[in-house]
Amino acid sequence: MFFLRSSQLIQHRYVHSRGLGASPANPGAAPPRLPFSRVTQEVLAFFRTLLPGRTITDPDLLKSSNVDWLKTVEGNSEVLLRPKTTEEVSQILRHCSERNLAVCPQGGNTGLVGGSVPVFDEIILSTSLMNQVITFDNISGILTCQAGCVLENLSNYLEERDFIMPLDLGAKGSCHIGGNVSTNAGGLRLLRYGSLRGTVLGLEVVLADGRILKCLATLRKDNTGYDLKQLFIGSEGTLGVITAVSILCPRKPKAVNVAFLGCSSFQQLLETFQYCRGMLGEILSAFEFLDASCMSLLEKHLKLTNPITESPFYIVIETAGSNATHDEEKLHQFLEEVMTSSLVTDGTVATEATKIKALWSLRERVTEALTHEGYTYKYDISLPVEKIYDLVQDMRGHLGDMAKNVVGYGHVGDGNLHLNITSPSKDPALLAAIEPYVYEWTSEWKGSISAEHGLGLKKRNYIYYSKPSEAVALMGSIKAMLDPKGILNPYKTLPDNIH
Amino acid sequence: MHRSSEVKHVASYLNTRGCECFGQPCESHCPVLTDRTIHVQLKTFIKIRVKPDRTGVVTDGVKHSMNPFCEIAVEEAIKLKEKKLVKEVVAVSCGPQQVQETIRTALAMGADRGIHVEVSGKDYETLGPLQVSKIFAALAKKEQADLIILGKQAIDDDCNQTGQMIAALLDWPQGTFASEMTLEADKMKVVREVDGGLETIKIKLPAVVTADLRLNTPRYATLPNIMKAKKKKIANVKPADLGVDVCSRLEVLKVDEPPQRQAGVKVETVDDLVGKLKEAGRV
Repeated sequence: MFFLRSSQLIQHRYVHSRGLGASPANPGAAPPRLPFSRVTQEVLAFFRTLLPGRTITDPDLLKSSNVDWLKTVEGNSEVLLRPKTTEEVSQILRHCSERNLAVCPQGGNTGLVGGSVPVFDEIILSTSLMNQVITFDNISGILTCQAGCVLENLSNYLEERDFIMPLDLGAKGSCHIGGNVSTNAGGLRLLRYGSLRGTVLGLEVVLADGRILKCLATLRKDNTGYDLKQLFIGSEGTLGVITAVSILCPRKPKAVNVAFLGCSSFQQLLETFQYCRGMLGEILSAFEFLDASCMSLLEKHLKLTNPITESPFYIVIETAGSNATHDEEKLHQFLEEVMTSSLVTDGTVATEATKIKALWSLRERVTEALTHEGYTYKYDISLPVEKIYDLVQDMRGHLGDMAKNVVGYGHVGDGNLHLNITSPSKDPALLAAIEPYVYEWTSEWKGSISAEHGLGLKKRNYIYYSKPSEAVALMGSIKAMLDPKGILNPYKTLPDNIH
Repeated sequence: MHRSSEVKHVASYLNTRGCECFGQPCESHCPVLTDRTIHVQLKTFIKIRVKPDRTGVVTDGVKHSMNPFCEIAVEEAIKLKEKKLVKEVVAVSCGPQQVQETIRTALAMGADRGIHVEVSGKDYETLGPLQVSKIFAALAKKEQADLIILGKQAIDDDCNQTGQMIAALLDWPQGTFASEMTLEADKMKVVREVDGGLETIKIKLPAVVTADLRLNTPRYATLPNIMKAKKKKIANVKPADLGVDVCSRLEVLKVDEPPQRQAGVKVETVDDLVGKLKEAGRV
């Protein structure tokens, strides 16, 4: 059922086509607008009183909050709210709930699945002014802060105190910790410190009707009843708005080394990983890979230089520990072993900060290099580690000349592939060739169609490729219980047929 | 190209005292470098702290690494060797035990052997260009070096004096701020970066050259070379063995951080802006 409201022409820019509504051919496109209320002058007056100077209605200012980072999805919100306290968030949601107004919570707006921007005229609830650190205990390493703290700022704060955040990702300069938690962000350090599901100790959440759930415990161990925070972690703003986080932070390592290695086959890369695990053990903090296509894009668009000889695969290994001599000895033994056994054909090591940063940028800037190639189709897939590159090669064969680039890179240590396909401009025929083929392939190997990016708008209808229907039905029940009017981030995360 | 006499390079580099700034505007946490023109590359990684007694900066626990300009010098030396214009590259550093790591990096880049001039403790804290240049002059004579290449200045003290002093002590010609150097028979053609542009000079060997930013891009030390470097020799020498007195003639009176930059104030409306400007007496 597709229709356009004649009273208001609403321009939507969808992921895959200009059509309205999701269909079997376009599962990523938005469904028709649900019957939420619209923002009236009365509503605006309420917000202006509650948040003076922080109720934004200027279309120019709203523009950047209506479009996602990839510039592929655009909403039409007319109101952006910037609360400073949990109490203000509570009042906003209570008001919206009473008046059946839809809300889109927004952190740094760096998500890649269209989950952080409105689809229609949802009110944007921004955490950008909720950026205070509440407490930090330098014995336990437990940090509590508001949800709008930028990840990089938290890292800098902690580094001065000899600690670090347990997660790190390319978007660190812009993303908010609240957004990281609501999307259960993964990142480059997951291999060493685990996921947010382990490191987040407590949350303060405002529910759809404005009730404040104060579960901001700062305890390492607390087995008293059901662990509610796990519901909100990864719920992408659809079950509640996270307003504060308490998180366990590791000590800053005294010694960090980065090795950049070249391998001539994926099989050898995997064997190198085995050696890595065995010989580096507890000091291993990251194991990432990129392929030769990624390297040529980095060289072509960002003018970065390949520090070693050209190889089909490149590995970035990071070690982090408390004793430089101990770590270097282990690292050099490992490197000698993989060099002499020819698992690795070439490599270089960095211990110095600027060199480390330069080597890491070869992995971190691939996403940026891809943007220069036209339109990118991004797939974030979890697979059994040995199958990871098979998917890339299979896609290359399957797409042939239709795609300009088919590249693979990612957190191979976590079994997470970032498959990216580019074409000079959006190409529906190419998209039809990629999807659902890529999801079926993933499903066949019992993988996840979204390892860390979440479902958002773009992937909500693909959930069945990785979760059974009973599970999805239960998710729907939980959503109905916590947000009966469905005002929190509608059209996201759960599939359309759940309603 | 065949050379009848053995040509050796003596490339030197100094350990930085902890500042990683190189390339872009440096922010206020580099206290010893207030009026600087050097810039921070991406962001500073080490917070520089002034010692409570204001006699210097805290260097304990701060990672030391090869001075970026000296790295460029090492690279140039190795390039000359690869072109078979010189026979041997010797890397030298003055300082405590840690400098051996920096010498190893030079060896991994391709230098043939290293010399570690041991200076530690109080002597190291007060070690400056005059003492280092005396050490180098003595070593150059001992090793019968034909060419000395070093970085134009260290990024922790920004002195830009060592190269020039070595040349003066040895009475050798010097080509400083080199962005290009070409060996032509027994003369070195050096293109120098000066305020007015580029100056090309020809100097007779033996000579001293100091490297500037655009001379080259240092290579990464690759694994096979890192492994080989472990077997290369690093000789140990004391300044006294070279007849050099490392006593300093300078006394640091005090070291202060630059004044903190005041944070800007954000206002929500034009009225607020006018109000704040009036408050500050600007309107």
